[in-house]
Amino acid sequence: MARDFHYTLPAGTALAQRRLYNVHLDLTLLVALIAIAGFGLLVLNAVSEQAGVVTGQMVRVGLAFVVMVALAQLEPRTYLRWAPIVYLIGLALLVLVLVLGVTAKGSTRWLDLPGLPRFQPSEMMKLAVPLAVAWYLHERSVPPRGRHLLVAVGLCIAPAALIAPQPDLGTSLLVAGGGLTVIVLAGIRWWLVAAAGGAMAAAAPVLWLFLNDYQRKRILTFLNPEQDPLGAGWNIAQSKIAIGSGGLFGKGLGEGTQSQLDFLPESGTDFIIAVVGEELGLVGAMLLLALYLVVIARALFMATSSPTTFGRLVAGALTLVFFAYVFVNIAMVSGLLPVVGVPLPLVSYGGTSAITLLAGFGIVMSIHSHRGW
Amino acid sequence: MPRNPKTPQPIDPEQLRQAFAKRAFVLFVIVAGLFSVLGARLVWLMIVQYEEYRTQSEDNHRQTVPMVPVRGLIYDRNGHLLADNQPILSIAIVTEHVGDLDRTLFDVDALVGLSADERAAFKDRVRRKRRPLEEIPLKTGVTPAQRAIVEINRHRLPGVVISPESVRHYPFDALFAHAVGSVRRISEEDLIDLDARRYRSTRFIGKRGVEAFYEQSLHGEPGFRQVEVDVHGVERGEFSRQRPSPGHDLVLHLDVELQIAATRALGSRRGAVVAIEPKTGGILALVSNPSYDPNLFVSGLTAAQYQALLDSRDKPLLNRATDGRYAPGSTFKPIVGLAGLALDLTDWEATYADYGEFRLPNQRRVYRAWNWRPGQPGGQGIVNLRQAVFRSSNGYFYNLGSQMDVDALPEFAAQFGYGRVLSLDVADADAGVLPDSDWKRGERGEPWYPGDTVNMAIGQGDLLSTPLQVATVASIIANRGMLVPPRMLKSSDGVLPETLAPNAQPGRVEGLAETDWEQMVDAMEDVIHLGNQEYLRNGIAWAHIGRDIGYRLAGKSGTAQVVEIPQGEEYDEELLDEYSRKHAWFMAFAPADDPAIALSAFVENGGGGSSVAGPIVREVVDAYLLGKRPDTDDPAPPALASDAPLTPAAAGT
Repeated sequence: MARDFHYTLPAGTALAQRRLYNVHLDLTLLVALIAIAGFGLLVLNAVSEQAGVVTGQMVRVGLAFVVMVALAQLEPRTYLRWAPIVYLIGLALLVLVLVLGVTAKGSTRWLDLPGLPRFQPSEMMKLAVPLAVAWYLHERSVPPRGRHLLVAVGLCIAPAALIAPQPDLGTSLLVAGGGLTVIVLAGIRWWLVAAAGGAMAAAAPVLWLFLNDYQRKRILTFLNPEQDPLGAGWNIAQSKIAIGSGGLFGKGLGEGTQSQLDFLPESGTDFIIAVVGEELGLVGAMLLLALYLVVIARALFMATSSPTTFGRLVAGALTLVFFAYVFVNIAMVSGLLPVVGVPLPLVSYGGTSAITLLAGFGIVMSIHSHRGW
Repeated sequence: MPRNPKTPQPIDPEQLRQAFAKRAFVLFVIVAGLFSVLGARLVWLMIVQYEEYRTQSEDNHRQTVPMVPVRGLIYDRNGHLLADNQPILSIAIVTEHVGDLDRTLFDVDALVGLSADERAAFKDRVRRKRRPLEEIPLKTGVTPAQRAIVEINRHRLPGVVISPESVRHYPFDALFAHAVGSVRRISEEDLIDLDARRYRSTRFIGKRGVEAFYEQSLHGEPGFRQVEVDVHGVERGEFSRQRPSPGHDLVLHLDVELQIAATRALGSRRGAVVAIEPKTGGILALVSNPSYDPNLFVSGLTAAQYQALLDSRDKPLLNRATDGRYAPGSTFKPIVGLAGLALDLTDWEATYADYGEFRLPNQRRVYRAWNWRPGQPGGQGIVNLRQAVFRSSNGYFYNLGSQMDVDALPEFAAQFGYGRVLSLDVADADAGVLPDSDWKRGERGEPWYPGDTVNMAIGQGDLLSTPLQVATVASIIANRGMLVPPRMLKSSDGVLPETLAPNAQPGRVEGLAETDWEQMVDAMEDVIHLGNQEYLRNGIAWAHIGRDIGYRLAGKSGTAQVVEIPQGEEYDEELLDEYSRKHAWFMAFAPADDPAIALSAFVENGGGGSSVAGPIVREVVDAYLLGKRPDTDDPAPPALASDAPLTPAAAGT
């Protein structure tokens, strides 16, 4: 099977590239992901006041990389086989969450099943939905039409509909988006995509009725942040001050007054890009953006080079989900989008999203490196 | 939906892969486009709007904390401290940091005890709170033990702070309340006029007296600390500090011992004594009775206490010495006499036959002698100006006044400070009333009648003056017509910013010869010293204070009518309400040929000037000229527990 490296590597890296490829890993993707994770730990170290936060995060990120490496070893046909099963299990678990989920901070997202650690079924759906949609479409005509299209869309909407009332609008949209991305990648006509987008915009007022008060408030705050500068608008105002005051080169790691003096809320988690901006400046933030772009470009390229429709759709969709995380998080913290609880991949404190996203790249690497199926 | 058989499933995997690659490329372009949006957003925030956000970030974490300057000290002329500062601990509450205020008050009460007054005063202050995050005093004068109890329970009492505070203290309590004044907590109304920067954390402001007049000097310049705070307002570090500079220390002309002597002489009577050093204008004593403890205003009066002070019929808050307006009565006669001389209407030889009753031509109204009784017209017989002064003849001055042109007397009297503020630095000094034709037209809408001048010639009618003004008149006569404006401040440790009263210029009373002044002084000496003469020929104060006097005292009594007694009715002290009786005046200076002290004594509703106010003057002058000392360095008597060091006084002011 032809190797398809269409770019030149510096001398010496070719060997590393080949060796890694033999264990089903991709050098460029791995290096870029490690760089992002290292960047994140550095920034987290600058804002965390308690000892152990950074160590804990290192363990979590390390674990996520282990998961990625492990998933890269599985053959793509394993994913194909298990995709519908995992999807159905996931749906069942989501129903269980609605029935006997654990409530924390006002939303019910967690399952506490005997013998298992507490986990979020919605998180696994971020992987399961693209896999299931790709599984459904790969044997049928591509691009999908008519009934197939409806079924595929249904596969996306069902879990989202179960996640939304938790309430967790952000995850719900990401889950549905992951699946819909598969459909778009499968080649439906652009006018259909545009029409769907238009329909959703038209449906927004209807959606409004289903939102919770706090979700409505977030959107209102986004639309008019000055309305309540000490209340709901506070977070976004402070994060914009943090980013803007960083200037070109930033105030220096650990020197950000917004970040270090607690003006910036959630400085270690969802708002960590504001710390990057304040302390490392435009240069630091652009470097991070560049790393993300490398990851996305490389992963998309890897998707393109997959010989099977299933592989291409899954790898492409998982990459675009990753992009969605990056874009939504940074757009939200810099005041371009309403506040939704989306972490910055591999940088924000917390293990769940790191595991999900790196698991996704594990699948991408598996698809890319297993050729004989 | 039937399947379209014409659409065969694409079977070429490479074609599928190409189609996907195309699509993926389009999506990547979209991705790159959205990344550019993010990048542009970052550039917008971090480059274009950098200055604005940097400023906001600075404002967020930088705070300017003012440091209160130490208020300047006030000394008497001999170095006794009249106002100093004492450190006290107080419990205060920052209401913004308190969850449940009632609960916190309950807890503090359980720990250290709160009186009903303290609670009420606190609630009152909370209502009038003027700054965010202000520490509102709850309990002052906290003991170290109480402090420890509160500190131990700190965690249960968010928002409760124990702060050391430097507060004003007046060692002599009520003695100088009217002269020195006092500070009070700054109120909302005060803030309107105050320099917000200088007074940002000042809690007290001088009200009344020297404390008010020299507020700017005494206050000092606040210092500022630039500190770094976190989002909770907790201080994390300090950028810079500028130390406060303390207020100026002031040395006043006041003399503690003379003030005590004057206060003792007044006793429990309502009244005032003002003593001036004629050569300097320095106010040696300024007493107004009753007084109050100015320290109460520092610790904070309860509303009830304050209301009681306001409502008291004795008006303890009224500074009678500087703000009380009273008819000067016969103390005005020397001025009328001097006016007659200056206007060439009389001389020292001209006589007038005072047989008690005076009438203006073609008028019915009878102007009477002070010794008039029903059936006995009274009067002093045939008197020249000197006799008219030491006998206090009403008739002589009625007659003299009746010869004066409409505004001649007010115009002349104005040179002595009637109707004007001549003092340089006495806060809120009242100008009294010097009526003339303009005044009467404006105030009453009536023309000036000849009778008005006649009435005014014996210091009655609409003429009103304060004890400070009458003492100033005594000082001007003591200086033989030289006006040295009265003042409180003797010296200070620097150039003071205060503007002194603009109208108070040194000057000279015009139109009189040197001999006129000497003869008037002689006549005023006779008031006290001329005794053992025939009927109606003794100085009218001689019997009361002149028999055993050891120095030459020149003076003039005054007995001012408070209520109009209808024509023909007898004035009977016993029948009058206490507050309607005559006011007793005495103004004097001594030694007569080289005066060291000029003063006025006033007793509200006290009765006869010579018998009531005269002895007060005598007692005060005795203390000054014969008593302990003025110029020696005797330590203060033990009664005055004031061992303050002498202030390094700079050159006189």
